[in-house]
Amino acid sequence: MNFETTIGLEVHIEMKTKSKAFSPAPVKYGVEQNTNTNVVDWGFPGVLPTVNKGALEYGMRAALALNCEITKDIHFDRKNYFYPDNPKAYQITQSQTPIGRNGWLEIEVDGKKKKIGIEEMHVEEDAGKNTHSPDGYSYVDLNRQGTPLIEIVSKPDITSADEAYAYLVRLRQIIQFTGISDVKMEEGSMRADVNVSVRPIGSDKFGTKTEMKNLNSFEHVRKGTHYEAKRQQRVLLSGGKIQQETRRFDEPTGETILMRVKEGASDYRYFPEPDIPPIRISDDWIEEVRASIPEMPDKRREKYVSSWGIPEYDAGVLTQTKEMSDFFEATVAEGADAKLAANWLMGEVNAYMNANKLELLETKLTPENLAGMIKLIEDGTISSKIAKKVFKEIISNGSEPKAWVEAKGLVQLSDPAVLEPLIETVLNNNEKSIEDFKNGKGRAIGFLVGQIMKETHGKANPKIVNKLLMDSLKKR
Amino acid sequence: MAISAGEVKHVAGLAKLAFTDEELQKFTGQMDDIIGMVQQLSEVDTDGIPVTTHITDSTSVMREDIAVSGTSREELMRNVPQHQDGYIKVPAIIDESEEA
Amino acid sequence: MNYFKHDFASLHELLVNKELSVTDLTQQTFDNIEKRDQKIGAFLNLNKAAALKQAAQLDQKGVAADNLLSGIPLGIKDNIVTKDLKTTAASKILENFNPIYDATVIEKLNALQTITVGKTNMDEFAMGGSTESSAFKLTKNAWDQTKVPGGSSGGSAAAVASGEVIAALGSDTGGSIRQPAAYNGIVGVKPTYGRVSRYGLIAFASSLDQIGPLTRTVRDNAILLNAISGLDPHDSTSSSHAIPDFTAKLDGNIKGMKIAIPKEYMGEGVDSEVREGIKNAIAVFEKLGATVDEVSLPHSKYGVPVYYIIASSEASSNLQRFDGIRYGHRAADVKNLEDVYVKSRSEGFGDEVKRRIMLGTFSLSAGTYDAFFKKAAQVRTLICRDFANVFNDYDLVLGPTSPTTAFGIGEDINDPITMYMNDILTIPVNLAGLPGMSLPAGFAKGLPIGMQLIANRFDEETMYRAGYAFEQATDFHKEVPTFGGQD
Repeated sequence: MNFETTIGLEVHIEMKTKSKAFSPAPVKYGVEQNTNTNVVDWGFPGVLPTVNKGALEYGMRAALALNCEITKDIHFDRKNYFYPDNPKAYQITQSQTPIGRNGWLEIEVDGKKKKIGIEEMHVEEDAGKNTHSPDGYSYVDLNRQGTPLIEIVSKPDITSADEAYAYLVRLRQIIQFTGISDVKMEEGSMRADVNVSVRPIGSDKFGTKTEMKNLNSFEHVRKGTHYEAKRQQRVLLSGGKIQQETRRFDEPTGETILMRVKEGASDYRYFPEPDIPPIRISDDWIEEVRASIPEMPDKRREKYVSSWGIPEYDAGVLTQTKEMSDFFEATVAEGADAKLAANWLMGEVNAYMNANKLELLETKLTPENLAGMIKLIEDGTISSKIAKKVFKEIISNGSEPKAWVEAKGLVQLSDPAVLEPLIETVLNNNEKSIEDFKNGKGRAIGFLVGQIMKETHGKANPKIVNKLLMDSLKKR
Repeated sequence: MAISAGEVKHVAGLAKLAFTDEELQKFTGQMDDIIGMVQQLSEVDTDGIPVTTHITDSTSVMREDIAVSGTSREELMRNVPQHQDGYIKVPAIIDESEEA
Repeated sequence: MNYFKHDFASLHELLVNKELSVTDLTQQTFDNIEKRDQKIGAFLNLNKAAALKQAAQLDQKGVAADNLLSGIPLGIKDNIVTKDLKTTAASKILENFNPIYDATVIEKLNALQTITVGKTNMDEFAMGGSTESSAFKLTKNAWDQTKVPGGSSGGSAAAVASGEVIAALGSDTGGSIRQPAAYNGIVGVKPTYGRVSRYGLIAFASSLDQIGPLTRTVRDNAILLNAISGLDPHDSTSSSHAIPDFTAKLDGNIKGMKIAIPKEYMGEGVDSEVREGIKNAIAVFEKLGATVDEVSLPHSKYGVPVYYIIASSEASSNLQRFDGIRYGHRAADVKNLEDVYVKSRSEGFGDEVKRRIMLGTFSLSAGTYDAFFKKAAQVRTLICRDFANVFNDYDLVLGPTSPTTAFGIGEDINDPITMYMNDILTIPVNLAGLPGMSLPAGFAKGLPIGMQLIANRFDEETMYRAGYAFEQATDFHKEVPTFGGQD
């Protein structure tokens, strides 16, 4: 029997607004426990939620970037459940009126393009953090409580582990370009729950699905999904049944392990949040938000190729992250040649980032300085050899290239009035080489240039030296 | 529609309440009476009638995304039954003795 | 201080003219409470030290001539949070709870320099109509100490009616201000939903709760409502609707006012003496020049089941935060998290609260949501439409506040349905978000009869105007329980 796999992804993304979704406490990471919370986050008796307009706008940005229809009349709902990191014992979410519906994104697997549908996406609040300790207690930090989240639910269009992987990569890229989140799996600002089911090819009913929650890397999603689909097939082929259960991906073995069997659906007793009046999203507001969305990667790639003459592959690399793409565009805007800027970013800059384990924005490099350096190369002020020195300086210390080059006396010697006497001296001291040249030995030129460079401590412009040297030799 | 003691127990579980058998009997009877009263509503034709879940005249009430620093942790902790190192402390989900 | 002989204006005059110091007034208020509260049991917790300190500070500064409420001692229902002043909502689960912030109404009153003398008793979490579900004490009716004071704001009503304080704040979810006001022969107003901020009111049912004043006169009531009304950025359901001076039209003139009497409010379920009292009141309004017609609110009879589903559903969710983790009662003998939840909540909540949590949880459950919560929310729409139809043609709806006068302590406590039916005339007003007032309209066997005036949304002005005209034309508000001036 042949099977087909159906995969559903529910992705939670933390949005980097300034304040929380339903309280004005700041959204901040890496601060001391319970220092970024207020009475609303704690669910004190008598407190009420207030909707952060920014969180809704970020949600709309994501919805528009993922080609969703915006729900014009929305309200919030309460999802009721007890947990120490859920202070009100309900989460404010949108179950009846998700902000976006019926969207899609495009993935490419093995050169084939495919549209994956997005069922819906909604804005909700994150919970705090509950840390279990071996002492038999849990320790609760509510700093994260109330951080706005967007949850994005895919349609059952994903049919392989590779597609699931590609979907997540693409989703992260798009969300990153909207500027609403850092979308870092390892820091928890992007979290994925995966549903997997299999069914015999041709069956019109989906199989029973199992769920893997809070996977923390794309690779785990790919491996876990792959394993889980195979496991389910084996169970079915051996006459077994799949039960609705939650499983965990075990990294060392690459297997999925049963955590708990779900007995019936959970009863969250959703109902409209009475403390928040309904919200009408006007067309004007939608257009305002649409206009605020940064240019998406596809558009940028097209622009790089057709207007700036960047090769297709390079354009793809430059648009993988918004930081890189923004940096590239800013460098070009500062007057750098686009192709040179692309080469530097993909070559030296990337190598530096990898070697030092730094993000682009963590280096001292600025688009102005990179453009400045490229212009110095273009106008012959520095040689490409000197440029490597300059680059190291501007990326690690943030120096302004022109000033630094001048201060360090690294400006290339290009003035014939300075170079010509030098060349004459070198020739006078190397009669043998002139003879060799006349006898057709090309090597002699190299030797002579080397001698001139030595005299100028490498600062002579090699192109000009070459030309002046040939002229002098011909005269002798 | 009558409600059974079993259903009442299930609802109590959702609400994190526990009843003795005696209380369960009493509550089941009272719940049954209340549900009986509520059944009157089935005689009202509500086809096409929208729900009223909010009664305020305010709509689209939102706050600008401006952060205001939080309440001091010391204040927040004042009423916490058990806390340590700035964390709220609660017995863990699983009873240790059950785990062993 | 004999509060039966004063109102805000006369006290203000004494304070401004320094014929009375704020300290003396405050001290005398505590004296009143000390003498009478043994019998009445209106207060759960007094704020004596802080109140007297505040009074002394005010005496130093002097009471401003343009601030009518400066230096006036008030009682506050114990479900309104007061910073550093224990607030329990009359529940064991909050027995030692010390709020770390003030409710918006308290901030407003503090800015006006009123003095909070203490927190008044109530039904636990405002669930009840007799104040008998308080975890801490019984409150007695000011007119007859074998009777309940009504509820849930029974403490606030009894404190005002017995002359312990001149005014108090209560909260009204299904009649919790108006019914105790009726039972105690005073004036109680539930404002239009959204008129007063709910921030800092320990939520019972979010779409129904409103804070409002309990006073002995209509004018004082209007003054106190003006003081606490207004849009609050902390409460998204509060309204930006303009706030008129509610006292501006208290001129006794209601000629041409169109008053509707719903036939459902004068039916068999209403005690005959109460009905008689209301009929006499109607005659007074006619004499004053109002036109009075009978109308119908056909869906009002469904008010009670609709209310119990919606209020209990919202309450079941609102009360989940009482989990023994961040504040409030945590059971002692707990081994794991489930214990913390179940034991703390089972020990901390009383029976009536548990009943409503159960009903609400059940109403919101996956299998029952449509038949219960959704159905109730739809019938609520029909109830709103009934009122809207009447207010197309009328200025005011009039009827009794409660089908009976105050009942005996212990009489109904074990019969939830009979207890719930007491609210049949007040509940529809909350469901529709309308303003409602109860004011004294006579006596039956020595117990006060309350008349209810219901106005259109944000038209408290008309309600106060009519209430004032009636008050001036009658002497019921001048009747005083045995405490009057003879402590």
